[in-house]
Amino acid sequence: MTFLEYAPAPESTAILNLRKSYGLFIDGAFVDGRGTPFQTISPATEVPIAEIANANGADVDAAVTAARRAYERTWSKLSGADRGKYLFRIARLVQERARELAVAESLDNGKPIKESRDVDIPLVAAWFFYYAGWADKLDYAGLGPSPRALGVAAQVIPWNFPLLMLAWKIAPALAAGNTVVLKPAETTPLTALIFAEILQQADLPPGVVNIITGAGDTGKALVNHGDVNKVAFTGSTAVGRAIAKSTAGTGKKLTLELGGKAANIVFDDAPIDQAIEGIVNGIFFNQGHVCCAGSRLLVQENVHDEVISRLKHRLSTLRVGDPLDKNTDVGAINSRQQLERIQELSEVGEQEGAERWSPACELPTTGFWFAPTIFTNVSTSHRIAREEIFGPVLSVLTFRTPAEAIAKANNTPYGLSAGIWSDKGSRILGVADKLRAGVVWANTFNQFDPASPFGGYKESGYGREGGRHGLAAYLEARGWNSPVPSEGARA
Amino acid sequence: MTAMKHTALAPAERAVELIGGDLTEKSLRLHLEGLPGVDAVGLEARAGALGARSIKTTSKAWALDKIIELIDLTTLEGADTPGKVRSLVAKAITPDASDLTTPRVAAVCVYGDMVADAVAALGSAHSAGGDDGINVAAVATAFPSGRASLSVKIADTAEAVVAGADEIDMVIDRGAFLSGRYGLVFDQIVAVKEACRREDGSYAHLKVILETGELTTYDNVRRASWLSILAGGDFIKTSTGKVTPAATLPVTLLMLQVVGDWYRLTGERIGVKPAGGIRTSKDAIKYLVTVAETVGEQWLQPHLFRFGASSLLNDVLLQRQKLRTGRYSGPDYVTID
Repeated sequence: MTFLEYAPAPESTAILNLRKSYGLFIDGAFVDGRGTPFQTISPATEVPIAEIANANGADVDAAVTAARRAYERTWSKLSGADRGKYLFRIARLVQERARELAVAESLDNGKPIKESRDVDIPLVAAWFFYYAGWADKLDYAGLGPSPRALGVAAQVIPWNFPLLMLAWKIAPALAAGNTVVLKPAETTPLTALIFAEILQQADLPPGVVNIITGAGDTGKALVNHGDVNKVAFTGSTAVGRAIAKSTAGTGKKLTLELGGKAANIVFDDAPIDQAIEGIVNGIFFNQGHVCCAGSRLLVQENVHDEVISRLKHRLSTLRVGDPLDKNTDVGAINSRQQLERIQELSEVGEQEGAERWSPACELPTTGFWFAPTIFTNVSTSHRIAREEIFGPVLSVLTFRTPAEAIAKANNTPYGLSAGIWSDKGSRILGVADKLRAGVVWANTFNQFDPASPFGGYKESGYGREGGRHGLAAYLEARGWNSPVPSEGARA
Repeated sequence: MTAMKHTALAPAERAVELIGGDLTEKSLRLHLEGLPGVDAVGLEARAGALGARSIKTTSKAWALDKIIELIDLTTLEGADTPGKVRSLVAKAITPDASDLTTPRVAAVCVYGDMVADAVAALGSAHSAGGDDGINVAAVATAFPSGRASLSVKIADTAEAVVAGADEIDMVIDRGAFLSGRYGLVFDQIVAVKEACRREDGSYAHLKVILETGELTTYDNVRRASWLSILAGGDFIKTSTGKVTPAATLPVTLLMLQVVGDWYRLTGERIGVKPAGGIRTSKDAIKYLVTVAETVGEQWLQPHLFRFGASSLLNDVLLQRQKLRTGRYSGPDYVTID
């Protein structure tokens, strides 16, 4: 035998206590949906996991009504300290049920268990802990004394980090005093529904958080509902643009976190072994289903061959396969639809003349899989250097000077994130200052922290999530002459 | 100072090949200082990820046997006696009296003056230059501090070789290294390598101990690794075991990256030996994973990878018994040496 063919080390699914079917979570209880239910499947095996309710317009209305009622009668009457208690309780319950949530996430999404276990779920808990602390300190959110909650927040989240995106949305909204209707993506509703059970466990007042499932129509009905005060969306730029249009002039506050085509810039004085790790982490973390993925590698021309040769060597050690195996590095593509898009854009890359390379790796026969892929000889005008692929596909471009690196990095309609690899501090600071991207990582990549604001420039969206900025997205300042209410009545 | 920098160094074959014929303090320094930097956070994160691999069932059984085959069973005490060394050797030959299928360790590692006792105790089990059998490794060059004159270090080494040592574990002069006198460190390694030469022209294997716990920075570890390889070391070894921290996974990963780079550059394979502080099977398996995923499985052989350890062996034996019987026994079911 060879040692590197590690014996299977699967995480057990016995910890899951799934229902055969899930309703909509409205007003503190699971209710049937009025649309046609759908199945959520495991993308690694295509085996159905559970039947999921489909919310139609009437269901959306019921959810928003419940949220409004909870806002008026309960949540806006609670002190910040009391809201904080609920958030702390949710955070602790997420930690208690961390393993169950990690297994469910990997099963439903296809991401490796080591990522859901070590990244997604710990960050979910961290997000609730962080915003729990803010709930009674809103005077310091930067909006002057006693800022007001907005009311009912409609939140639509993507399938790449299902529970983490839920936490990014719900934690600040509740801390600021809003109530929520949230729609998870149709391919990954499972952990949001387990989260609904956690809310019941936490005794959160009914209607403060409502979780409705469904596809694009449901999301559309939700963001366009007349009684919604705030819309927060994470997903594709096309849908984000449609939401911006439909909410324009309605008075709804809007934050959008959309696509990206991040440059990961490797200078010739980079700590080379760690840069290779950073490139791998940048694009193959979560199968590249990351809006801030480092999908464009900009490497200084004099170290190009060295970097590519080391990168290929490193890629040949990546383990693609069963998401629930603790040794898996790259899991399944989330859906057939996404797999087809990745395949299509990769073929375009070849047709345009870029050189395609993947390590030898055996892919499972059922489920949705795509081998880690790098394209060299990519030009800035190639589609694979312009469009977001949202998969494990890296486009490699070169540059000669820092000025050229900056110009090429910024030459994209997006601007969500960027990475810089150099041993020279002054160069890192100088380049970071000129990159038009919401997050710039230096000698690391894909690091997230609840205290750090995250968001994009240009077509990557607007508004920030995380930190004080993320809180402010769910608050409005009182007018300068508004009376400051007494402590007990504060929202 | 400038004059010193142009001082010619001993013409070690590898260094001459790579850096050029006019090998000087300056050319060596330029080479070492031109190596890419190491990002500590990234290195430690990568080591953490490798350490998180889950090695189960058949893979674990294979790993446990492999660990034993890679151990330099060590006693390096001021209180060592011929009796203690005989006891160590007996353990090396028969690690587990309750299971004679247990593999033997790679070598026993002792102080230079104990080499003759180790050789005698091994008897026919001694490899004595052959492929089978157990090697005798001797620490030398004023181990562990290295604070002695070059002539003392050379004599220390030569005596151990004459007494039958198959491997010499030397220490570098960390003081010289930290004060930037790379040439001095280099020349000493070259001289000790020559002292490893036997009468028949063959050489005892030279392991160069960097004492990474005193070098402190990863950049220093990378430079010292290169320096030791260029000067002719067959192995680079982390620590004496007398300084804390001794071997760590990030340091070992970094040294493996260096030998991997050397292999890509020259096609020549250099060994790596983490020593000190590796006490459990679980820890040792992390090192096997790190070797396999960094430089490849072909490095998991006694002439390319070793564990310098004393208490590790018994923990591996307990784990091995557990795999065989399905239950954990206790410390009285393995022998003390």
